[in-house]
Amino acid sequence: MSQNAKTTELKVKNEAVTRTEPMNGADLFIETLKNENVEVMFGYPGGAVLPLYDALYKNPIRHILARHEQAAIHAAEGYARVSGKPGVVLATSGPGATNLVTGIADAMMDSLPLVIFTGQVATGVIGSDAFQEADVIGITMPITKHNYQVRSMEDLPRIVHEAFHIATTGRPGPVLIDIPKDIATTMGNAEFVDELNLPGYQPNFKPNSLQVKKLRGALAKAKKPVILAGAGVLFAKASEELLEFVGKMQIPVVNTLLGLGGFPADHPLFLGMGGMHGTYAANTALYEADLLINIGARFDDRLTGNLAHFAPNATVAHIDIDPAEIGKNVPTHIPIVADAREALKKILSLDFEAPQADEWRQKVQKDKEENPLWNTEDGEGISPQSLMRIIHNVTNGDAVVTTDVGQHQMWTAQYYGFNKPDQWVTSGGLGTMGFGFPSAIGAQIAKPDKTVVAVAGDAGFQMTLQELGLVAELKLPVKIVIYNNQALGMVRQWQETFYEERYSQSLIPVQPDFVKLADAYGIRGYVVTTEEEAEKVMRETLTDNEPVLIDCRIKSKEMVYPMIAPGKGLHEMIGVKPQ
Amino acid sequence: MRRIVTATVLNQSGVLNRIAGLFTRRQFNIESITVGATETEGVSKMTFVVQVEDDRTVEQVVKQLHKQIDVLKVSDITEQAIVTRELALIKVMTTPQTRAEINVIIEPFRATIIDVARDSVTIQVVGNFEKIEAMIELLRPYGIKEVARTGQTAIKRGSQRFVSESKQVSILN
Ligand SMILES: Cc1ncc(C[n+]2csc(CCOP(=O)(O)OP(=O)(O)O)c2C)c(N)n1
Ligand SMILES: [Mg+2]
Repeated sequence: MSQNAKTTELKVKNEAVTRTEPMNGADLFIETLKNENVEVMFGYPGGAVLPLYDALYKNPIRHILARHEQAAIHAAEGYARVSGKPGVVLATSGPGATNLVTGIADAMMDSLPLVIFTGQVATGVIGSDAFQEADVIGITMPITKHNYQVRSMEDLPRIVHEAFHIATTGRPGPVLIDIPKDIATTMGNAEFVDELNLPGYQPNFKPNSLQVKKLRGALAKAKKPVILAGAGVLFAKASEELLEFVGKMQIPVVNTLLGLGGFPADHPLFLGMGGMHGTYAANTALYEADLLINIGARFDDRLTGNLAHFAPNATVAHIDIDPAEIGKNVPTHIPIVADAREALKKILSLDFEAPQADEWRQKVQKDKEENPLWNTEDGEGISPQSLMRIIHNVTNGDAVVTTDVGQHQMWTAQYYGFNKPDQWVTSGGLGTMGFGFPSAIGAQIAKPDKTVVAVAGDAGFQMTLQELGLVAELKLPVKIVIYNNQALGMVRQWQETFYEERYSQSLIPVQPDFVKLADAYGIRGYVVTTEEEAEKVMRETLTDNEPVLIDCRIKSKEMVYPMIAPGKGLHEMIGVKPQ
Repeated sequence: MRRIVTATVLNQSGVLNRIAGLFTRRQFNIESITVGATETEGVSKMTFVVQVEDDRTVEQVVKQLHKQIDVLKVSDITEQAIVTRELALIKVMTTPQTRAEINVIIEPFRATIIDVARDSVTIQVVGNFEKIEAMIELLRPYGIKEVARTGQTAIKRGSQRFVSESKQVSILN
């Protein structure tokens, strides 16, 4: 229990039980948050949560008032992603709760630990289509790791404790707690019990030694090994172990989109991101490998391309904390259900024999040098790829970078060069436009001293730009860089490539004056049209302590390459340019 | 192929909804679900008969069920020594002439007539899937008005053959 909780120690069953003084459910709610050491939450009030907000007024925990619930939850996701702590969200019933849905689904897909509280109409009227009633439990069942409706005030401490545990352990994910209004006003004593009783939830952390031995055998025989490192490496805080393992084994590494930063981009054995817009070297290595060691990635279709052509000659080893991911998409020979760090620690302790892979290393190195990422030099506007290198240079490659979804997201992934964990916040599985800006706010709150750059699409930014108000209010030094191609660029790219340039609803010739928009909120704004200008403005504004919005006019017809067309395999990349 | 999967679950509110939703969402074809109490208070047992294309799908069914917080244990018991039973109620048209014939047909199935009307009888039968199918086929020529079936429930036999265990290779500790 926290220090200031209004409780008395009770030596009932064991020492870990604490009984509270009589209080109402809302005050108890605040106590449960303190008990979980919650430092900040993101939310928006409304009728059904008035008692909870009243309790918060009397007994404060830092609360960030977003301008839209979707932004509140994306901010919580950004916070969770870079801090490693659960993001806490509070919203009212009905529309408040339904506004959260996109963020909940996003967190579920990308395994972000969130604990979400929604208000609900009073227990007596649930099911009667009462004002602002929505079946939030039903709606969110498929997009949460677990959800609860509180039926009695006394259950609140147990439910909250379980929710935090479930959200943050095993494969992390969002857990939602629905609190009917009358529960918040009921008076009573409640007990805090430290011990958890979740017989159906026992994540397995330690690897099975038999499977680890199998991996050892496979490694000793491998001639063309490759590691695919996913976000599991980041969640497990296993990057150091991964680096050590790679150092010993000298195996090339490919990252998934969400795994970027888990392995240093400037490492000689790093081949880049794999998948639909992955590098030639990464995709070719995955295609040709005879041993593929997947650490904490879920073989998403954007990574694998056509499964029939995925790693056709490889023995597949897969380390994942979630057994259901193993063998789901790709048949797996060596399944290791474990936390990535635990598995790597075990492997390191066994002193594996390094594979004989000199030739292979030379081959992938050659692929990397001869087929680098490239960009068109001609045409009007800033090169989006060069712009990302400028952002990298100005921020010393050390910023936290968030993105929306689309071309700018892929260029950021390809060109920023993430060398450290927890620098990279993007919406991978759900691909949520409008994610970049609010998630940057959450990341900035988690890391007040870091430079946080929100790389936004001109279209995506307009989905959540109301949060300029929040940035202005809190004077958060978030740096908004708009990749302005006056288009739904990624949609436009697909239409150019696969729909004979029929640009159906993907061009936005009339954009707002983003600078004036920033100005309306009292935030500095700049338009830049050349790389020199961009660099100058960025040198002046990206590292200081104030928010800024930079509208970068990039080449509107630039494409993200390489690209793998839908239905094609990783060896069928288009847009590769040998140097 | 048909597989029989059982799960023991905590009786939390919404658990049935959670599991039914999981099957729909993941496109697992389900033939029947039965749910009922077990010897332990607060714990229910569910039996699923699923139609799957390959071993990989049934493995996913098991793993996805297992991932649910309220699910305690999941087993694909198809290959094990099990007893499966289902109860069916079948309303068949009758005439004074056919009534006796029907009696003769259902007797070997140890089925019973539980309701008699002027032009129909309702028969209750308990057995495994094949037995019930067989009886329905024999009754079909008389005109079946209505069938109500419970779906199968299953239990492992007290003593298991040796082979049955070999399928249960665990990837956990
Ligand atoms: C909420 C949502 N709606 C639609 C899409 C489909 N979509 C993917 S990328 C994209 C274009 C995004 O345009 P912009 O934000 O300007 O980024 P750009 O691709 O131009 O860099 C769209 C519409 C999506 N990912 N998310
Ligand atoms: Mg755009």
